[in-house]
Amino acid sequence: MGKVDEQMKRDDRDSRPLFLGKNNSNNLMDVMVKYLLLSAALFTILAIIIIVYSLASESFSFFIHIPAHEFFFGTRWAAFFDDKSFGVLPLLAGTMLTTAIALSLAIPIGIGSAIFLSEYAAPSLRSIVKPILEILAGIPTVVYGYFALYFITPNLQYFIPDLYTYNALAAGIAMGIMIIPTIASLSEDAFYAVPQSLKAAGYALGARKSTVMMRIVIPYTLSAIVAIIILGMGRAIGETMIVTIAAGLKPTLTLNPFESVMTMTSAIAQAATGDAPRGTVEYTSLFAIALYLFAIVAILNLISSYIKRRWEIRV
Amino acid sequence: MNVGKKDNGNSGSGSGGSRISSKGRDVRMMELEGSVEKDRIKERGRVGKSRYANISEYGLQTYLLIAVCVSVMVLTVLLVNVVLNGVERLSPNLLFNYASSNVDEAGMRAAILGSLYTVALAIAIALPLGIATGLYLNEYGGGNLVSRMVYATLTNLAGVPSVIFGLVALSFLSYTLGLGRSIIVGSIALAFLVLPLITVTTIESTRMVPSTHRLAAYALGARKYQVVFKVVLPQIIPTVLTSSILALSRAMGEAAPILVISGLIFVRRDPLSIFDEFTVMPLQIYNWVSRPQQAFIELSAAGIIVLLLILLTLNVIAIYLRNRIQRRVVE
Repeated sequence: MGKVDEQMKRDDRDSRPLFLGKNNSNNLMDVMVKYLLLSAALFTILAIIIIVYSLASESFSFFIHIPAHEFFFGTRWAAFFDDKSFGVLPLLAGTMLTTAIALSLAIPIGIGSAIFLSEYAAPSLRSIVKPILEILAGIPTVVYGYFALYFITPNLQYFIPDLYTYNALAAGIAMGIMIIPTIASLSEDAFYAVPQSLKAAGYALGARKSTVMMRIVIPYTLSAIVAIIILGMGRAIGETMIVTIAAGLKPTLTLNPFESVMTMTSAIAQAATGDAPRGTVEYTSLFAIALYLFAIVAILNLISSYIKRRWEIRV
Repeated sequence: MNVGKKDNGNSGSGSGGSRISSKGRDVRMMELEGSVEKDRIKERGRVGKSRYANISEYGLQTYLLIAVCVSVMVLTVLLVNVVLNGVERLSPNLLFNYASSNVDEAGMRAAILGSLYTVALAIAIALPLGIATGLYLNEYGGGNLVSRMVYATLTNLAGVPSVIFGLVALSFLSYTLGLGRSIIVGSIALAFLVLPLITVTTIESTRMVPSTHRLAAYALGARKYQVVFKVVLPQIIPTVLTSSILALSRAMGEAAPILVISGLIFVRRDPLSIFDEFTVMPLQIYNWVSRPQQAFIELSAAGIIVLLLILLTLNVIAIYLRNRIQRRVVE
């Protein structure tokens, strides 16, 4: 009796059925695999640590040379002129301007497409539109840049004669097209998560489809939609190639969409194509911009995931 | 509730309020929803009451149709525009020649090879890392502190602008670790760019594996690692492969990080080792786009055609695979 007890205890310990007997190498294997997978998972954390460390350390040497208030509140960006100036406000204005244009295009169209796909479209139509959105999502940003510069701008100039060849408007529109698929597919998922019972209750009360959409589905998913929009905003802020190609690389402090602007990302890209030797103030200034950009996007992500988590708890 | 009968009644009523939806319904929608709505429209149409509600119904549908048409039209216009501009410049030169300041001889051989090497290496790094991370989070982590931290980091990593990956790779890998502006640096940057995509797919598809399969394996005396590698992994491989094709096409289209890492250099030889200088297709296209001469603009359109053909092929393969998987799951 005591022997069996002992045997059972041992089995409990390594959770192995009696008939398999003992095998220590397997046990070792189990532990090894666990820690191997764990070490792979830790690479993600390592990556973010390296990103923050690199940005912070290079920015630190930038802020030794240039006072922080001059960077954050300066109104002139001229990193590559003799008369250097590192005011980030024009770049911030450029980023905000193009992002605002992009969002004001992508939000109505993206969410409209999502409502159409989830609530109205017949399966046959859905099976055509959905892949088209996926293809749009897969088009490289260089192609959107080309499209903005050589298609959108000439066509806009037809209506707005005094539009610059390189302008914030065309770049913003192309960026909006770029984030439509993201917004559409994410909000479609959110619409599917609305309980059928809620919609059925609406119909039972005699509501029309449009009423159910506007009064039940949209309010129910509102926080998810806000989270998705913030996510799309993060993507627009971080987009580089479209603005580098089509927005003009000219750091002007303006909110006029017809003018040439430079965004935070395109300032980094331009410096990369030009000459910013390692260790110079110009080189470290890029990391200051990048850190600023990283902070903005990280805060947006935090807000977005906070809102989304609250929504998911409710669902 | 007899939906079929209601359908017949509606088709003749001419109210047209649900013209789109009455043609065929998503099977997921409740029968109730459709029939009640058609009832309403029929009644309202006959009585002529509530004109306002009809207007809002039409208004919403028109708006939704326009919204969807925009995407479809943009894709059409974009493709037509690129093809019209670039088709004349499509030639074997484009594929087999090196970059040149002479438009007629310029090609993107170095860029194509650079793209292939960089992206293949990036996927070779990201795929095992992503699968391992996903398996750990779902099979071992179980909501402990480490897995929560990794998960939060992943969402953050997914939001980091791609150009920052390039800048950090340049600073840390190229300069601090002394790897230079080489293929391996570009690959690592791209790998971490697509890592969240692969990891999240792994996590999601691992969740889909029924727990009964795991329990059955345990009942047969399998150890945990055997369950993970012989039960869970084989089931998630198709989905993860599909997502890795999408990751591949995303990495292949990325220009910003590579622009920062390698700069706009003129490569006139094949990359031979992972420590060579390199350029990639989107970067070569950017180079041509930013030149003022009309001929180079046409050349960039031709380059875009080549790039899009490669990406479309990858996407079609991925979509096909995914549909097959979905069908198998449904069955």
